[in-house]
Amino acid sequence: MATASIPRVSASVVVLKAALQKIFENLRAAGFTLVGPRVRDGAIVLDEIAALDDLPRGWTEDKQPGRYRLVPGRNGQYFGFTVGPHSWKQFLHPPSALLFTARKSNGAWVFEPAKPQAPQYAFIGVRPCDLKAIALQDRALLEGPVPDPHYRARRRQVFLLAANCGEAAATCFCTSMKTGPRASTGFDLALTELPDGFLIDVGSETGSEMLQDTEWEPATAFDLGRATQALQRAERQQRELRTDDLPRLLYSNLEHPHWDEVAARCLSCGNCTLACPTCFCTTVEDSSDLRGQVARRTRVWDSCFTGDFSQVHGGNTRPTIRSRYRQFLTHKYASWIDQFGTVGCVGCGRCMTWCPVGIDPTQEVKAFRVSPARPK
Amino acid sequence: MSQAIHIPAMTPAVLPMLPQPAVIRAIKPESYGVATYTLAFQDPALAAAYRFLPGQFNMLYLPAFGEVAISLSSDPAQPQALGHSIRFGGSVTQGIGRLKVGDMLGLRGPYGSHWPLDLAAGKDVLMVAGGIGLAPLRPALLTILKERSKYGRVLLLYGGRTPQDLLYTDEFEAWQKAGVELHVSVDWADENWKGQVGVIPMLFYRIRLEYKKCLVLTCGPEIMMRFVIYEALARNIPRESIYISMERNMKCAVGFCGHCQYGPNFICQQGPILNFATVEPFFGKESF
Ligand SMILES: Cc1cc2nc3c(=O)[nH]c(=O)nc-3n(C[C@H](O)[C@H](O)[C@H](O)COP(=O)(O)OP(=O)(O)OC[C@H]3O[C@@H](n4cnc5c(N)ncnc54)[C@H](O)[C@@H]3O)c2cc1C
Ligand code: SF4
Ligand code: SF4
Ligand code: FES
Repeated sequence: MATASIPRVSASVVVLKAALQKIFENLRAAGFTLVGPRVRDGAIVLDEIAALDDLPRGWTEDKQPGRYRLVPGRNGQYFGFTVGPHSWKQFLHPPSALLFTARKSNGAWVFEPAKPQAPQYAFIGVRPCDLKAIALQDRALLEGPVPDPHYRARRRQVFLLAANCGEAAATCFCTSMKTGPRASTGFDLALTELPDGFLIDVGSETGSEMLQDTEWEPATAFDLGRATQALQRAERQQRELRTDDLPRLLYSNLEHPHWDEVAARCLSCGNCTLACPTCFCTTVEDSSDLRGQVARRTRVWDSCFTGDFSQVHGGNTRPTIRSRYRQFLTHKYASWIDQFGTVGCVGCGRCMTWCPVGIDPTQEVKAFRVSPARPK
Repeated sequence: MSQAIHIPAMTPAVLPMLPQPAVIRAIKPESYGVATYTLAFQDPALAAAYRFLPGQFNMLYLPAFGEVAISLSSDPAQPQALGHSIRFGGSVTQGIGRLKVGDMLGLRGPYGSHWPLDLAAGKDVLMVAGGIGLAPLRPALLTILKERSKYGRVLLLYGGRTPQDLLYTDEFEAWQKAGVELHVSVDWADENWKGQVGVIPMLFYRIRLEYKKCLVLTCGPEIMMRFVIYEALARNIPRESIYISMERNMKCAVGFCGHCQYGPNFICQQGPILNFATVEPFFGKESF
């Protein structure tokens, strides 16, 4: 038993399931607050967790466009589900963040910046698609013209324990988006659940240290084979989205009648953007005391489906649902590539699951392939 | 820090959405519902370091009201006196309208792209402005007039709804003396108006120039720019030689709120000044 030493970075090891509890304890001892999946209100949500028992062991999700139910899963697995309504962006890019306070003193305004909060989180069970979603938010909020200080402060503290998917939902399409079901980079540790233990890939020094005092063993060819088989099953369970040539397809169909057809179903409720792990749009809210001596500016999540998102003096550049859904879809699959060099969708399926009318982007994109607009 | 990702170092723009206190040094009423505010940073070091290029904008913050994007309308050679010509429209701009000389607001900037004056050297420059759209063109005009001989003909086609809506009318004579061919028109005239009546694109019929060699800089309502482009293309002005200034809702001006997206562009980053050839696939598409 190699209990005293720790494995090197990029090693694959095998541990018994109970060893995860030890990893949790090591993380806590290192100062991390654990955040992971747990069952609440009939869904798997992300929240603080303390122990292995908090995980939704034995649960899985029945997901379809516009439908989500928690149901008992096979074999009492710890990670036999995929993704619930929450995503990690609520911890890295919280729904509300104070930017600054303005104070009037002797008739002059003083602007006091809010100190970015930086809780030290360990994210437990990050799905490969969500890992990629974090990387996409990094592109928008860290690697843009100026890094966002609030996101940066949180992001640099995070420990990422990924969980590869041995089980996919009917709404998943990570294979098409090349984001899963196996995490390739960007994690500290990545586990694959086997019937009797976890295969763990070590992604960083900190990750390796968190295996301290666990009974890990180097993975054998047999372990690696079993893990690959599980992931291949997840790959086959998915829906598909053809991604070649997406920008041209969408840009050349900006006036296609299909947009009217989606607009007739879409409620412009914005659920899809709130559930989406890559959406990063925000607005600001101003508040003040009644005497006009103190004012606060707070940044909050926004959605391109809201009525005043594109308000300009005397009008709105996207007044119709048709124009808003078109913005959503063309941003995800076309302009994101122009802006950040990669598609803005990771195939997690949250948008269609939590869409009250079950609008499914894989089907909407397909409609343009099936009958491209005739050139005018 | 744990897993191996690249976290960029913070630059001095540590808090990109934090305004800096600025004082109103002067207020000049320009036209019905528009006044030019001259602002200066309260901090002398910031004031001394500030520079901007023609066409760029600042974010002006009125505590408890909100923040708005306003173009710089003054001479870039005098970066200590920052002119902002503001139309009193909604809550923030009307709130600014109630401030007096000596009052303060928040200012951050400059942001955005600028008019391509470097490309204009040796060419004829055709500026076409509608209403308050002349504000972001004024710094370009003043810069050109400083080194007038570097450019060919300089034309300004300017239009407003009524004679009362025209900005900087007190400067027109000086501009003309300095070598600007000025053509003004209004949509609705009163009995005192001696000039042209009609929409701005009509002014194209009053001028003649070497269209293949000129550079068009236009700013105004989108529908106006659409007709300007139509007239320009009809005269064989290359689409690459046409620059427009686009307006979209803006909250952050630094590329992470998402509001100002215009197809592949963030108007606060790649814009507001955009080359027409690069946005042609989207320009004029309904509600895009
Ligand atoms: C790059 C740029 C330069 C501009 N330069 C000038 C200028 O020099 N002079 C001037 O008077 N105006 C200018 N504007 C327009 C000005 O920013 C808006 O008219 C202003 O935001 C209206 O704010 P409000 O609160 O008074 O009006 P409201 O109608 O109450 O607006 C509420 C909110 O809507 C948004 N909004 C409304 N109109 C616009 C708009 N046209 N563009 C972007 N967001 C808008 C803002 O977020 C604003 O806070 C510019 C806009 C942009 C994008
Ligand atoms: S667009 Fe839908 S499937 Fe793609 S990342 Fe967002 S929520 Fe997931
Ligand atoms: S696509 Fe669905 S979730 Fe998104 S705004 Fe429309 S109705 Fe709401
Ligand atoms: S104004 Fe926020 S992204 Fe441009």
